[in-house]
Amino acid sequence: MAKAQEVQKPLYEGAEWSFEKLDCVYDAIEEIANTELGLNVYPNQIEVITSEQMLDAYSGIGMPLMYNHWSFGKSFVQDEFYYRKGMRGLAYEIVINSSPCISYIMEENTMTMQALVVAHAAFGHNHFFKNNHLFKQWTDAEAILDYMHFAREYINKCEERHGVEAVEELLDAAHALRENAVDHYSRPAPMSREMAKQRIDDREEHKRGDYRDIWRTLPHNEADVEDGEVKSQRQEANMAKFGLPEANLLYFFEKHSPVLEDWQREILRIVRNIAQYFYPQKQTKVMNEGCACFCHYYIMNRLFDKGLITEGAMLEFIDYHTRVVAQPDFDDQRWSGINPYALGFAMMQDIYRICHEPTDEDKQWFPDIAGSNNGIEVLKDAWANYRDESFILQFLSPKLIRDFRLFQIHDNSSLPHLKVEAIHDSRGYKKVRSALAKSHTVSAMTLDIQVADVEFEGDRAITLRHMVHDDVPIDGKEAEKVMRRIAQLWGYDVSLYCEDALTGKILATYDVTAC
Amino acid sequence: MMHFIDRRLNPKGKSLPNRQRFIRRAQSQIRKAVKEAVNGGKVTDIGHNGRITIPSKGLNEPRFKYDYSKGKHDRVLPGNKEFSTGDQIKRPPKGGEGQGGKKASEDGEGEDSFQFSLSREEFLDVFFEDLELPDLVKTSLKEEVEFEKQRAGYVRVGSPSNLDLKRTMRHSLARRISMKRPGSEELNSLREEILDLEARGRKTKKLKELHEQLEFLEHRRRFVPYIDPLDVRYKSFTKIPKPNTRAVMFCLMDVSGSMSESMKDLAKRFFMLLHLFLSTQYERVELVFIRHTHMAKEVDEETFFYSRETGGTIVSSALEEMQKVLKDRYPLGDWNVYAAQASDGDNFASDREKCLAIMGDVILPACQYFAYIEVMDEQELEIFKDEQNMTDLWRIYAQLTGGFEQFAMRRVVKPNDIFPVFRDLFSKEDAGEN
Repeated sequence: MAKAQEVQKPLYEGAEWSFEKLDCVYDAIEEIANTELGLNVYPNQIEVITSEQMLDAYSGIGMPLMYNHWSFGKSFVQDEFYYRKGMRGLAYEIVINSSPCISYIMEENTMTMQALVVAHAAFGHNHFFKNNHLFKQWTDAEAILDYMHFAREYINKCEERHGVEAVEELLDAAHALRENAVDHYSRPAPMSREMAKQRIDDREEHKRGDYRDIWRTLPHNEADVEDGEVKSQRQEANMAKFGLPEANLLYFFEKHSPVLEDWQREILRIVRNIAQYFYPQKQTKVMNEGCACFCHYYIMNRLFDKGLITEGAMLEFIDYHTRVVAQPDFDDQRWSGINPYALGFAMMQDIYRICHEPTDEDKQWFPDIAGSNNGIEVLKDAWANYRDESFILQFLSPKLIRDFRLFQIHDNSSLPHLKVEAIHDSRGYKKVRSALAKSHTVSAMTLDIQVADVEFEGDRAITLRHMVHDDVPIDGKEAEKVMRRIAQLWGYDVSLYCEDALTGKILATYDVTAC
Repeated sequence: MMHFIDRRLNPKGKSLPNRQRFIRRAQSQIRKAVKEAVNGGKVTDIGHNGRITIPSKGLNEPRFKYDYSKGKHDRVLPGNKEFSTGDQIKRPPKGGEGQGGKKASEDGEGEDSFQFSLSREEFLDVFFEDLELPDLVKTSLKEEVEFEKQRAGYVRVGSPSNLDLKRTMRHSLARRISMKRPGSEELNSLREEILDLEARGRKTKKLKELHEQLEFLEHRRRFVPYIDPLDVRYKSFTKIPKPNTRAVMFCLMDVSGSMSESMKDLAKRFFMLLHLFLSTQYERVELVFIRHTHMAKEVDEETFFYSRETGGTIVSSALEEMQKVLKDRYPLGDWNVYAAQASDGDNFASDREKCLAIMGDVILPACQYFAYIEVMDEQELEIFKDEQNMTDLWRIYAQLTGGFEQFAMRRVVKPNDIFPVFRDLFSKEDAGEN
């Protein structure tokens, strides 16, 4: 990143940070972010916290406000244990997708670390949150803090009124379905605290008018003598009415469970809304970290070019940066999967390189961006319009596949051997690229499960369907546990069948009886 | 627009409610783990090392997930060294390739057990649970170190009651000298001189000069006050742990074959509790373990609890050993002596007189507290319920209870029998304080 130099005096020396130094460095970073990168960010709110508070923040899945539940306590005692024993460090920052964008930075960090964190979180992540289409579509940064406040208060109130145990039981059940709580196709309505309250009032008002008759009593005997055709027609009508098949399980129970009370439906809704808020983060891990790492790397280098940080600070930064974006090989002891920081950062740098110094290969693979000399613009466009899957599919270059020495293994559990499907050669680039992209899809993370059928006429049993892809079955033991929790929410028997997506063959069934 | 906010002074422990919920949820597992920690740990460990491991059963959070061991997968991995397209690789052993480290625990496989630390408070709560201690005793046991205020230099701010006059005046004096504040004597002599001159009725130049000088000095005196806020010093205090005296705790136990493991376990609980109590009262508590059959020996803790001996039972041998250790290492007056003896009550009949003599003449007078617990199982309790039907040792010791109020003896069958033994000690202390 060579630019004409205008050398200035360093903004700070040494490791100690202070609020004055932070202010100066923030301004310098902001200038680079605005004028050179042209980032578009939410207003920043940067909060300095202690390591104890950082541990606290961990347990509430990073949210500044969270309702109480034992599972957060569980992760807390574990994090605390590993931290105290020195087995695991703490993150240097936590950043929240909200407006204003809140970044937590730790008191223990050195000044250089604080600068890095500000560039990384308060500008990199912040820009990504504000501009990526998934975040725009699925989250409402203006409203989330208010909503969390509402959620916490509401659940507290429910605990007072209905007992801690009743709420805990419900939350346990809801948490088990957290990953099956997103509407994959339709855009959610915006949330806000006022609206949530308004809705509760409306619902109570509405209840009297819209009395779901079918749930009130068991069907009369005439239903049984009705002839089959009429019955199946009615079934079909009901299926349409309830919008089956429905992949958003929590939504289905919230709307249609015959046994839940209003407060319970509202709690399901809260869990569902929070799950939905985190939905984009899961799909953009590589890009989000890549964007933040690119920004901090660019900004820190520019600060150094301008003489605003010392050589010592730069060295400290490089040491830290190198460790963050390290990718251990698959046979390395430290291997624990593809490091999203490493892959993301490498891809961003690579795109910038393709735009400014393309090789012939790049020109062939990326004709529309190679040599366009506007790397930052291309990157910003990618940050706005892609998710990990499509981003990798579009931008992973042969050069990077070679650099990482990526290879694709095909593992068929019915065969004794693993097969090397593709490596970093001209035959393999596309295969490796699409396989890597596929491993970043939503379906690679969550199972394809829907509410398939509800027995409206008889015992009200509910049937779930798992579509099995690539013969990868569901973990039956866990599934039964989850189904027991579903039985709590639904109040009647639950069954699950696994259907092969290609052949339509039923591979397994599980049943749980409501107690 | 941008804010830095300093949250460091915000209350920490935001996740305390979650922590408590978790502990309540995992109660049964934690109880078991604490019990194991108590059984396996040392007497002195209690309350210091809260690290426990519990099975994650009932604590896992189920969700729908894949069974990755089956089906077809395509994985992309970095760091290819020797593979080329089409190579067949032998399936690596489970937990290897692609599934190592973190992944295993995400899949719940590494989650079979779960390790974390309880705080001292939490640990003791569980430990006390089945001992049925009264709340008051619990708090006094749990009480951390007591603090005493100690002088720690001087500070510029403080409450008037801590004002240090001497130090303040010294500063004031130094300042007055360096600022050349005119003293009363100087002024008085000047005034006298003026009066003198005026009395003589001369209005000379000198008088005028003296007047000017007086005015100047008076002005300066007002300007440099006698005591300035700058001079004021307060005594500062810091809290330091209260220095307690030292105590030695003797654990005596019969390890002959008739003592079963469960009896030893009860005894161990008792020793732990006494140690815990002593360590809150005394800065330093030393432990001496003496085990005996027909002969006694001082041993380390490990041997004390876990090795078995055969032989007869002569209690006086242990008492003699204790007497010897006392004489050699713990001179009276320097040490508070506590002793706890656990036995099933067997003793050779011929040993009776000797026991009585050593206890009455030497040991009990030297002890702050001597507790004898007779551990037995339910069946034995039935037999010895009758007052007439006593074990040998019980019969001997029963003669001592009248003369020595520091002596307590009890039969213990279940963990909740342990506390009453302590009650004597506490009631005594209360009486003493009043």
